Amino acid sequence: MTLDKQVNGSPIRLRLDPSSGVPTYLQLVQQVEGALRLGFLQPGDQLPKVREVVAELAINPNTVLKAYRELEHKGLASGRPGTGTFIEASLTPVSLPELANLRSSLYRWLDEAAAAGLDDDGVMALVDSALRDFPDRSSATRGARQRRTSGGGAA
Amino acid sequence: MNVIETHDLGRRYGATWALQECSLTIPAGHLTALVGPNGAGKTTLINLVIGLSTPSAGELTVLGDLRPGSLPALDGIGFVAQDVPLYRGFSVADMVSLTRNLNRTFDVDYAHERLADLNINLRRRAGQLSGGQRAQLALTLALARHPRLLVLDEPTASLDPLARHDFMATVMAAMADDGVSVVLSSHLLSELERVADHLVLLSDGRIRLDGPVDDLLAEHRLVTTRSGPVSTHPAWDVVESIAAGAQTQQLVRLRSPEVALPAGCDARPVGIEELAMAYLRSSTRGVGPVLEGAHR
Repeated sequence: MTLDKQVNGSPIRLRLDPSSGVPTYLQLVQQVEGALRLGFLQPGDQLPKVREVVAELAINPNTVLKAYRELEHKGLASGRPGTGTFIEASLTPVSLPELANLRSSLYRWLDEAAAAGLDDDGVMALVDSALRDFPDRSSATRGARQRRTSGGGAA
Repeated sequence: MNVIETHDLGRRYGATWALQECSLTIPAGHLTALVGPNGAGKTTLINLVIGLSTPSAGELTVLGDLRPGSLPALDGIGFVAQDVPLYRGFSVADMVSLTRNLNRTFDVDYAHERLADLNINLRRRAGQLSGGQRAQLALTLALARHPRLLVLDEPTASLDPLARHDFMATVMAAMADDGVSVVLSSHLLSELERVADHLVLLSDGRIRLDGPVDDLLAEHRLVTTRSGPVSTHPAWDVVESIAAGAQTQQLVRLRSPEVALPAGCDARPVGIEELAMAYLRSSTRGVGPVLEGAHR
């Protein structure tokens, strides 16, 4: 598959889930935000060109423009005339190696959970509930979020 | 610039009005979906726009202030008809040269490049191509004229999902590349959310709803109330009301997007497919609202 190569200079490819019920432009915004949180996108990275997204997903170019405008409005991206749209800000204060470490410890935990007989829904329910109960978490996250958003735009 | 502008436009066949009191403004740079049941007037409106028929009443201009059917209007509008008409015995190369000779402007290089991208062999006969390839060939011939407005009358109704996706991808890429405006008549409501940013909904020869999709979504809500009769409220007009058991669901049009909803009101946003279905159902029952611009 030639498409697997980064022909467009962007580290990510945008997708659509037609059955999600989430408006198309919002799906695009959420995917970029997700890629930012997971470190797949860094400041300076280019977003896929409007023309490429449109030709691949068969969606209205105005929808892609709307999504990119929304990302600009949030201070996460900026358009450079004639070149494209580029990532401006990061959504994760955690470095890539740290993220990789966290991910592998999560895999170890998921192994344990699977061995204990917990299915995906059970894992999600447990994670949800643990996040709510974890005593220091809410205050720590709030502090981090304030630091991130003080730079520009609401996340 | 408006690609289509009509005032009280009407077209009559004998004693029957196929389209009446149609007042529309479609701005450039959008994909406008023309939606409605069979016989609603979609093809009648399209034929008027491309100059294949003339109005019985009212006014119609295209591409700013051009008269449909005039030479500059013909040059500026590309059209792919419902059944994708091609001479089936002609080779692809023959179709390209025929179209070049029948038009004042035609970009042969563009056509050949596009057909090569699509892996369509110039020596094959049009009749031997797959349905998807025939549709792509007709689209390529329309786009090679570099129109400012592309009019598509359900050209993909019979295509499989993959061919349809590829066809729409070509249309969307042309929008992004050349800024061509598109009017597409379609029965595929599920696809509207992805492709259309402007909507015109017709039934019984009249416009029931039209406008930018974002505005229409902002103006409509699905309100669920406990039960009982239709609840009227100064904040909205009821488009459709369905009572089911203990609940009544109403699709309502807010009098303005900022209007305050009653306290404790369960109102959620609607998708464009849901919205179009509600208007189509209510207009076929004959109880639907006839909105401004479309009533006597």
